[in-house]
Amino acid sequence: MRNPLKPLVEKFGLPRVIIVSFFLFLIAAAGMFQMNLMQLLSDCLRRWGMYGILALAMVPAVQCGIGLNFGISMGIVGGLLGGLIVIQFRVAESPALVAVHPLFAMWVAVLLAITIGVILATGIGYLYGLLLNRVKGSEMTVTTYVGFSIIAFMNMMWMLLPFTDGELIWPNAGKGLRNTISLAASFSNVMNKTLAFSIAGVTVPTGLLLFFFLICFLVWLFMRSKTGMAMSAAGANPMFATAAGINVNKMRIIGTVLSTVLAAVGILVYAQGFGFIQLYNGPMMMGFTSVAAVLIGGASPRKARIAHVLIGTFLFQGIMALGLPVANQFIPESNLSEVARLIISNGIIIYALSQVKGGSGRE
Amino acid sequence: MEKAKETYVLKMDNIAKEYYGNRVLKGVNLHIRPGEIHALMGENGAGKSTLMNILFGMPVIHTTGGYEGTIEVNGNPVNIDTPLKAMELGIGMVHQEFMLIPGFSVTENIKVGREKTVANLVSRLFGPSMESLDFKAMRKDAKKALKTIGLQIEEYVKVAGLPVGYMQFIEIARELDKTGIQILVFDEPTAVLTESEAERLLEAMRVISSQGIAIIFITHRLDEVMAVADSMTILRDGEFVARKEIKDTDVVEIAELMIGRKMEKLVDRDEEDSRIIDESQIAVSMRNYKVNMPGEQVKGIDLDIRKGEIFGIGGLAGQGKLGIPNGIMGLYKTEGQVKINGEELNLNKLGDALDHKVAFVSEDRRGVGLLLDESIEQNIIFSAMQTNGKFLKKVAWMSLYDTAAGKSHAEEMVKTLDIRCTGIKQPAGALSGGNQQKVCLARALTLEPDILFVSEPTRGIDIGAKKLVLEYLAKLNKEQGMTVIIVSSELMELRSVADRIGIVSDGKLACILKPDDSDADFGLAMSGAWKGGRKDA
Repeated sequence: MRNPLKPLVEKFGLPRVIIVSFFLFLIAAAGMFQMNLMQLLSDCLRRWGMYGILALAMVPAVQCGIGLNFGISMGIVGGLLGGLIVIQFRVAESPALVAVHPLFAMWVAVLLAITIGVILATGIGYLYGLLLNRVKGSEMTVTTYVGFSIIAFMNMMWMLLPFTDGELIWPNAGKGLRNTISLAASFSNVMNKTLAFSIAGVTVPTGLLLFFFLICFLVWLFMRSKTGMAMSAAGANPMFATAAGINVNKMRIIGTVLSTVLAAVGILVYAQGFGFIQLYNGPMMMGFTSVAAVLIGGASPRKARIAHVLIGTFLFQGIMALGLPVANQFIPESNLSEVARLIISNGIIIYALSQVKGGSGRE
Repeated sequence: MEKAKETYVLKMDNIAKEYYGNRVLKGVNLHIRPGEIHALMGENGAGKSTLMNILFGMPVIHTTGGYEGTIEVNGNPVNIDTPLKAMELGIGMVHQEFMLIPGFSVTENIKVGREKTVANLVSRLFGPSMESLDFKAMRKDAKKALKTIGLQIEEYVKVAGLPVGYMQFIEIARELDKTGIQILVFDEPTAVLTESEAERLLEAMRVISSQGIAIIFITHRLDEVMAVADSMTILRDGEFVARKEIKDTDVVEIAELMIGRKMEKLVDRDEEDSRIIDESQIAVSMRNYKVNMPGEQVKGIDLDIRKGEIFGIGGLAGQGKLGIPNGIMGLYKTEGQVKINGEELNLNKLGDALDHKVAFVSEDRRGVGLLLDESIEQNIIFSAMQTNGKFLKKVAWMSLYDTAAGKSHAEEMVKTLDIRCTGIKQPAGALSGGNQQKVCLARALTLEPDILFVSEPTRGIDIGAKKLVLEYLAKLNKEQGMTVIIVSSELMELRSVADRIGIVSDGKLACILKPDDSDADFGLAMSGAWKGGRKDA
């Protein structure tokens, strides 16, 4: 007898079926333990918006042909610097801006941080693109190590950069930047709080989600523009693109820059939602979480769409949000959820990479 | 000669072979006398390689169901089922790609696998695999083999860095060194050699055959055959055409036999030709044009293609005909001068040909021609959008893809060219070869080119689609005055649509022929008999 579910599974993809089932299982389990389901769902939404743009950074990278960009820490570093500069100059506390509205001052601060981050990330991404054009064929390995290297390099820089604000440097006349920097005085939760409302106990972070969707929409527009389509063609079939008179290396640089810039925006959106900026090894594994999210959404190392980002981030972060409290009910005081996170994120990466069929370009 | 007729060192009779239901050999005979040089000739795909694979008992033959027919060596029926068996029977092969180890000396390369050894203390304890190499004896053997073919080279130098010609000779020496060698196969040995090296090789072949070793000489070059061969066998489309003694025949007859009279018109062009082709209006002009395309090098071509004509470019595989369009489109490194409608093309600028209204349909459909995962619609509109800025609409400061315009154009193209698909959203990779070719053609036409290069338009597509594609090209030429340049390995197809046909041989233009020129002329041109151009053409 034929299994009626089979075509459905094939269309939706086995990993997604498993993850969705697991997600539903977690909700059911949370319900059984009589946990506050509404609060958990609020958490899902919050995390969706926070991590979404970081996962979105994978789309231009995959489409332009460099594959999954494990090295988004390159862009993250740019975003962090933007955030630090805004704190250093205490933009959010500037009396003229606060006079209009405190939230307005925070928005100015976060947008200024994003602007600085984008400018820095553009430069970094360009150099990064030049590097990736020299290592064609092994980009994913290279991005992984470049991502780790920039973290190690910045570990030194965080100690040496001339920031002086008391919020930033170690207390008691210490030297160098802190590990975790509070954003309470600058732009903590600015997007989450904007236009937020509660419905049946679920808090919807409207501003955050709107900003996330806006960035998604901009990327979607870009992918439909002349340059965006040329970039996708260069990634899908470089010979084809060359025959159509497209400079493949240039397109790859554009894709890399865009990916790096999105990472810079993404980390600031993440930081404001989290309430803290994490330096040093904090952003080390961000690349892996983002890659895992977009892969769960159905992307492959050769094809990634915005829909993959939306679905994937929601599922992946949903499991993260539900996993910890539910696991703690099973085995209190354990780190089971951390183990589950590692298994899921690394497992899905291995699964996706094993699905790449050598050069055929077919899904 | 009557006596010699009785004694064949190799007799292959009624050899037939099928690959997955496709008959590639249909009852071929190959008879070789001891010590003769026997040329095996035929176009690409005539079945020469398959025949040799059978002779060597290559696994590819036996994993696909074996062959039919009989093989006799020295009058004894044999069943060659492994390459080892062929070696034992004294059949050797000089490969086209050299199988030499660069870091080894000449002696080591000649003797590798058949080393001479002497026993020593360790080998007495641990067995013969530990015996010492007897370099003295091996050098002697190597010297002897090198002397046979007349190669003046010290046997202790390393192979790395030797000229290509020398490597070929070392390869031959290795085969000669094998004891009991009776038949030596040369697979297009002169293809990679310079003229003087080729001359020396032919001389060496004469020396080898005079020692009683028969040579099977696979080549496209008629002049070489006339120079050294004693007899020849001609194959065409897997069929045995003739076995001839060289002294009883001449170049013209051989060329005719190779091409064959199989002129069935693929396209009817009976209607009156109303086109006006002006001799002074040149669409494409090439001067000392060189393209570095691996396997298809163009080594300096001067050619003028007139506006409004259908120009065919023919020639055997690997001779450089494919390099011509690929170079113009900027896919490979190119030198020389190319003018499009009188304007010089900047060959270093990517996409310059497209800007001069030149379009190209690639021979490599899946590799270069298509985005396999993308929809038919995307594939059709892509180039025109990138080059001419069509199918774009302005939204604020951005120019975005105009879905409606793209869709209607793609649907129109699907209808015009009769592309069989489930809809314009179907991925191009899911189509059949013929329909993929039509998608490629549709994309090129969407560019509205003045000049259209079509490379191997009918490769891998069925006869019905073939006819449609060729007819459509002829129609474009006639109704829109488009200059069409067809590059194809299939002479028949060129002769049925083209006005003039340029034959490329060894990276150069051999001559320009008319479609109704004799088969012999085409055969001679393709076999390199007219290197660097014919006098009267």
